[in-house]
Amino acid sequence: MILISCPDCGPRDETEFHYGGQAHVPYPEDPSALSDEEWGRYLFYRENTKGIFAERWVHSAGCRKWFNVLRDTVTYRIAAVYRNGEPRPSLDGDPQ
Amino acid sequence: MVETTIEPLDKKISALRVSPAQHLHGAFVDAGVTGAFGVRLREEQFLTMVGLRVAVGSPDRARLAKIVGAELPARCGEVATGHDVVVLWLSPDEFLVISQSVAGSTLVSYLRAGLSEGGAAAVVDLSANRTTLRLEGPSAQAVLEKGCPLDLHPRVFAPGTAVATNIGRVPVILWKVDLDSYRILPRSSYADYLGRWLVDAMAEFKVLGSG
Ligand SMILES: [Zn+2]
Repeated sequence: MILISCPDCGPRDETEFHYGGQAHVPYPEDPSALSDEEWGRYLFYRENTKGIFAERWVHSAGCRKWFNVLRDTVTYRIAAVYRNGEPRPSLDGDPQ
Repeated sequence: MVETTIEPLDKKISALRVSPAQHLHGAFVDAGVTGAFGVRLREEQFLTMVGLRVAVGSPDRARLAKIVGAELPARCGEVATGHDVVVLWLSPDEFLVISQSVAGSTLVSYLRAGLSEGGAAAVVDLSANRTTLRLEGPSAQAVLEKGCPLDLHPRVFAPGTAVATNIGRVPVILWKVDLDSYRILPRSSYADYLGRWLVDAMAEFKVLGSG
């Protein structure tokens, strides 16, 4: 069980949340202009990061708002929580 | 010809209303425990609940505050007490307005008067969406702790606080009305399951109380 700090509600148990996969995947500007392969890449292709990963969570049992989390996929340690629309915060030792 | 009197429709309907946990009334009474380990459960029927959605920073907020008689709650857990209503914070742009004395349709029309034309806001009568279970007594916190992931210690969860969370896997709004007195608002279809879950969770205190 991990403890996730909702930006609006504070720390709550993981059971109050649902996972939303990789964050910062932009919706295509003009979906109808995409080839089937490009659309397929948008829908189904995601990073499989070992380490700090930017991902979406929704506080489904609380305020029902989506937000972003930087989580280490190896240790499960949460390095940062930030609101939807905010840029990905940079961390010390962040490889990018 | 037989003279018939026609009752007003709303009077007839209120007589026919059945609350979501009404069939558990006897079970709730039987589950009650008195004394030092006491805990009691009952349903508070038919509270008026109106869902209010209004965007953060909207000028409608000030108008609505005037109508309800209190500023809209600003953060998680806050409960604002106004004229005959209380307002629970559900999210930055969502609130639940609860009243024991004002009817749903009346409250809706009062609140709608506070919304500007074309503004991004919604007022919906949700009175039938949830029911209210009242859990009281020195053991109430211990009963809830069996199935609620929150820290319910009074240091963290103070009287006059309401939060959306889970109890016994059921999504609820948990409102600490007073020390040792909680209102639990499950959706109506979960009232039976949650009512029985609470009765089961209360059972051990009956044994403690009698021993
Ligand atoms: Zn939240």
